[in-house]
Amino acid sequence: MDKKRVTELSIIANKVRRNALTAVFSANSGHPGGSLSIADVLTLLYFEVMNIDPKNPKNPDRDRFVLSKGHCAPALYGVLAERGYFPVEDMGLFRHTGTYLQGHPDMNKVPGVDMSTGSLGQGVSVAGGMALSAKLSNKAYRVYTILGDGEIEEGQVWEQAMFAAHYKLDNLTAFVDNNGLQIDGNIADVMNPNPIDKKFEAFGWHVITTDAHDYNKLLDAVNEAKAVKGKPTVVIMKSTKGKNVSFMENNAAWHGAAPNEEQYNQAISELDAIIKELEAKL
Amino acid sequence: MAKKATRESYGAALAEYGSREDIVVLDADLSKSTKTDVFKKQYPERFINMGIAEGNMMCVAAGLAETGKIAFASTFAMFAAGRAFEQVRNSIGYTKLNVKIGATHAGISVGEDGASHQCLEDIALMRSIPDMVVLNPADDIEARLAVKAAIEHEGPVYMRFGRLAVDDVNGEDYKFELGKGVQLADGNDVTIVATGLMVEKALAARELLKADGIDARVINIHTIKPLDCDIIEKAARETGAIVTAEEHYVMGGLGSAVAEAVCDRYPVPLKIIGTDRFGQSGKPAELFELYGLTAENIRDKAKEAIKMKR
Repeated sequence: MDKKRVTELSIIANKVRRNALTAVFSANSGHPGGSLSIADVLTLLYFEVMNIDPKNPKNPDRDRFVLSKGHCAPALYGVLAERGYFPVEDMGLFRHTGTYLQGHPDMNKVPGVDMSTGSLGQGVSVAGGMALSAKLSNKAYRVYTILGDGEIEEGQVWEQAMFAAHYKLDNLTAFVDNNGLQIDGNIADVMNPNPIDKKFEAFGWHVITTDAHDYNKLLDAVNEAKAVKGKPTVVIMKSTKGKNVSFMENNAAWHGAAPNEEQYNQAISELDAIIKELEAKL
Repeated sequence: MAKKATRESYGAALAEYGSREDIVVLDADLSKSTKTDVFKKQYPERFINMGIAEGNMMCVAAGLAETGKIAFASTFAMFAAGRAFEQVRNSIGYTKLNVKIGATHAGISVGEDGASHQCLEDIALMRSIPDMVVLNPADDIEARLAVKAAIEHEGPVYMRFGRLAVDDVNGEDYKFELGKGVQLADGNDVTIVATGLMVEKALAARELLKADGIDARVINIHTIKPLDCDIIEKAARETGAIVTAEEHYVMGGLGSAVAEAVCDRYPVPLKIIGTDRFGQSGKPAELFELYGLTAENIRDKAKEAIKMKR
């Protein structure tokens, strides 16, 4: 990708972050930290990688995306809105009674959501089922999913890790948002899942470790995964929880807490400054 | 007709109706017991062994359904409804995906394996999930037709099958209609509402009651959810007392479903027959005796219900 495209994607990703924070602030609840850490990879997938059409969100041949770490719905909704699945103005409806933007992704209510998630460990299994289905039907679509690094403490993730390797699901790419933090603190202190790469490798996956906030490296990883035959790929993304909001970065307290008005305004002004700076480069 | 276990019917029906390319059958290392191996033999390319991983199986089935397949997820009732409850609830029920759960070895008639494998809670668990259809066939023909109906129904279905070989209660010309109760015998003094293996015992109880001068109606409920409330209301109005019989815990199953309908529509005395504690190892026939799942107990409870009439 050329520098201009990287800048464009980066602008969108920071708008996604802004959307996510607006959603969480409006609801006075939700999960900002992990939403900010996955904004870049979501933007890359929805604007550069996946074969999708916001006008035809149920096209059976589309690429699939499953947000296995479903609590980061604010980021998913944020990117879907930017991509044109629904109005950006609706972000303020998040978690409000009677609206469609449910607290966790709901495939029956939110256009563009391919699977309802929220209960950790299940999304990756569903993604495996979708990938297997493509193999059974000789379809070319690919399946992408994002797991949290805390989420992989769920045993079901490893049932799926075995399954995807056993059935050689090379059309499945899983990202691990490796921000190192979960609700109760450091993943290494709460229930150490490390070494994540060696575990997936032992389960028979192709493993790539990269930077969650570097578009070219992420795109390289996606393309490498496409080229790998006979194995699913996991992309372990070293990420910053709370990315691009100074007081949220690397702080587990922002896993599932909403900002107050002053904090929200500060966060938005920080993101606006980044967006302005990026736009000046275009 | 030779006795046949409804799990055999499940496997046979999958093979019989399985020619559709969109049908995929999953099993968690129990294909010889759930009888999905019959389908596997016929359509190996559409049989997926999941290994011993029921939670993953339910979610993979959801993924297959999201992409247009009719996914049959098969294992013992204990693991389908019990172990994988939350996967079924969140990834299949909440999503309304087109997954069919084939749960075999339900109830105390599992016998020798004992309490750990005798699932007596599955109807209660599955009934509590909105939009989940819950089927509990009584014999071979009903079980095969239940599978056919599940294929034709769009959305999640839980099918409960047994390990014990049972006699047919329905004839070969039997018509199965999802959501409709079947009146097997008319009567005006009391109604016996039964499901699964207890249907045969309900018919036997009717004969015992007849000997005592009591005329019992017998209704077979193969679809526990959505319940045929009309047939229950009619029975309540016309017979004034009801006894339910199921191979399931007394709480949350058929008896509870009928109680809900009766209280809502036309309250009459109601007695619930089911298990009241965990199961144990033993021969199925002996366990039925031990837990009161007998024609004699149905007869006695029917008389009690009649006495309670006002």
